[in-house]
Amino acid sequence: MNSQVGPILEVRDLSVAYGKVEALGSVSICVGKGQIVTVIGPNGAGKTTLLSALIGLLGSRGEVYFDSHLEKTPDVERMVANGMVLVPEKRELFGGMSVQDNLQLGAFHRYRRGERHLQRAMDEVYDIFPRLKERRRQLAATLSGGERQMLAVGRALMAGPKLLMLDEPSLGLAPMITREIFCIIGRLRESGVSILLVEQNARAALAVADYGYVLETGEVAMQGEASQLRDDPRVIETYLGLGKKHQDRLAAC
Amino acid sequence: MDFQIALFLVQDGATNGAIYAMLALALVLVFSVTRVIFIPQGEFVAYGALTLASLQSGQIPGTLWLLVVVSTIAVLAELWRCWRNGLPIGLHGFGWLVGYPLILALLLWYLPLASLPAFVQVLVALAVVVPLGPLMYRLVYQPIAEASVLILLIVSVAIHVVLVGLGLLFFGAEGLRTAPFTDASFEMGPLLINGQQVWVILVSIGLIVGLWRFFSRTLYGKALRATAMNRTGARLMGFSPVFAGKLTFLLAAFIGTLSGVLIAPITTIYYDTGFLIGLKGFVAAIVGGLISFPIAAAGAVLVGLLESFASFYASAYKEVIVFTLIIPVLLWRSLTSHHIEEE
Repeated sequence: MNSQVGPILEVRDLSVAYGKVEALGSVSICVGKGQIVTVIGPNGAGKTTLLSALIGLLGSRGEVYFDSHLEKTPDVERMVANGMVLVPEKRELFGGMSVQDNLQLGAFHRYRRGERHLQRAMDEVYDIFPRLKERRRQLAATLSGGERQMLAVGRALMAGPKLLMLDEPSLGLAPMITREIFCIIGRLRESGVSILLVEQNARAALAVADYGYVLETGEVAMQGEASQLRDDPRVIETYLGLGKKHQDRLAAC
Repeated sequence: MDFQIALFLVQDGATNGAIYAMLALALVLVFSVTRVIFIPQGEFVAYGALTLASLQSGQIPGTLWLLVVVSTIAVLAELWRCWRNGLPIGLHGFGWLVGYPLILALLLWYLPLASLPAFVQVLVALAVVVPLGPLMYRLVYQPIAEASVLILLIVSVAIHVVLVGLGLLFFGAEGLRTAPFTDASFEMGPLLINGQQVWVILVSIGLIVGLWRFFSRTLYGKALRATAMNRTGARLMGFSPVFAGKLTFLLAAFIGTLSGVLIAPITTIYYDTGFLIGLKGFVAAIVGGLISFPIAAAGAVLVGLLESFASFYASAYKEVIVFTLIIPVLLWRSLTSHHIEEE
C-alpha cells in the first residue's frame, strides 16, 4: 500500500464500458492524504475515463471510497460537495465571464452551504497565480493557454478541495509554462491538498509525484513509488526516453 | 393619421412591447439554460390572468386543482426515484411538494376571495400559478434533459396543447377581464395615459433591471449564466443542471404569470389568448437570436410598435405583418452571424 496516513481515495475494481466496449477494466488505485499520485499512460489508455467515472460524469461499476465513504454510484454534485474537484482536460471555463466570476463560481457549493466569506480563498488563489489577479476583469475566453490552465486550477482551488484531480494539465502548453504549472502543483501539496494527476508527460509527472500508476489499455500495468518508476527500465524505455537531460531540467523546480 | 393618433399608437405599442419584452427575456433565459423552446410560456400569461379573474369573482380557480394533481404526481415520481436507486424513502427534500399545495388549498378554501384587496389577490394568483413552472420541469423536461432541441420543441408543443385544453376546462370559453389596479389616469398634453399602462411599463422595467442585477451580481444568477455557457463546467462546480432547470422554469413561470396579471385589466383574455402573446414574445426573442437579452428586449418594443401601427393601417393583417418580421430578421441574422464553437 502506498498510504501512510490513511487514504483520501480508494478505488477497487472500477470498470467503465462505452456500450459493449470496455474502456476501463477492474482498476484499483489509492491516494493517501496529502499525497500526489499520478496516473501515466499513452493516449486511449483510459486515463480521462477514470477521472470522469470517479467524479460521476460517467457511469461505472466498482467501489469508490472517498474520505472513507463508499460511493456506489458517484454523483457529481455530491462528490463536489464532499470535496472532490476535477480540472478537466478541456478546462471547461466560462468563456463569456470574467476571471473573477469564474473563480467565484468555483466556490459555488461553499456559498450554497452558507459560507459567505470567500474573499480570503480568492486572495490565496491570487497569491498562487498573481497573473490571474492582473487579469481579473478580463473575459476568460481572452486568456492565453497557460493562463486558462491557471484559471482552471484556481477555480478548482476555490472549492477548498480535499482531493484535486488534474487531467493533463500540461496539454497544449509551452514547456516553460508546463514547468510553472508543475512547480505550483508541487507547492499545493504543502497546503495539504491531495492530488490525483493524470498525465502523458510522464517525466514531469513522476518528478512531482509520490506514487505512480501506469495505465495501459484500461488496466494498471505497473505501479510503485514515483522514484522507483523513474528508474524502472520499462518506464524509461516507453515513457521517458533516454538522454533527454534538458527535459529533466525543465521538470525540476 | 395625425400626430395625436400616432402618439396614441406609440403609447399602445410601448405597453404591449413591455409585455413582449418580459416574455422574450423568459424565452431567451429558458432556451439558453435548458435548450427548451418554451411554447407554453403564453399559457402562463393566460393562466395568470384567468386565475386572477376567478379569484375576483370569488371562485376557487381550476389552476389550484391542477397544482394539487401535478404536485401529487411529482411526489410519486420522487418516491419512485428513491425506490429505484435504493435511497431511503422519506419526505426529506420534497416535503414542500406535499405541504405547499395543501396549505394553499386550505387558504383558498377559507379566505373570502372576492373581497380581498387587489394586491393580495395578485399574490394569491402568483402563488397558485408560478409553482407549475418548476413542477413542469421536474415531470416533463428533467427526464429528457439530454434530448435534442427538436424533441424538446415537440414536447413543448404537446404541453402547450394540453394546457390550452385544460384552460378551456377550468375557465370556460368566455373571455374575462379583471379590475384595474388603479383608476388613476394622467393627461400629458394631448395624451390620456391610463394608470394600468403606467403599471405595465414600470413593472416590466423593474423586472428587467432586477433580472439584470440577478444575473450580474448574485452567485446564483452567475451560475445560471455559467450553465448556459458551459454545462459540464457548471456541473463540475457542483451546480446541478436539474436545479438550474427548475430555477429557470420558476423564473419563466413568474414572468409569464406576472405579465398575465398585468394585462388582464387592459385586454380581454380567453383561455387560448396566451399563445398569440407568447408567440410575439418569441418573435422578439428571435430578433435577439435566442441568446441576447438586450436585443430581445429592443426587438420586443419593435414588435409592439409594429403591431399597433399595423392595426391602424391594416387591422385585418396585423398578425401577418408582425409575424412576417421574422423573415427579414432571420435573413439578416444568418447573413451576419458567425458560428463559433468554443475550443
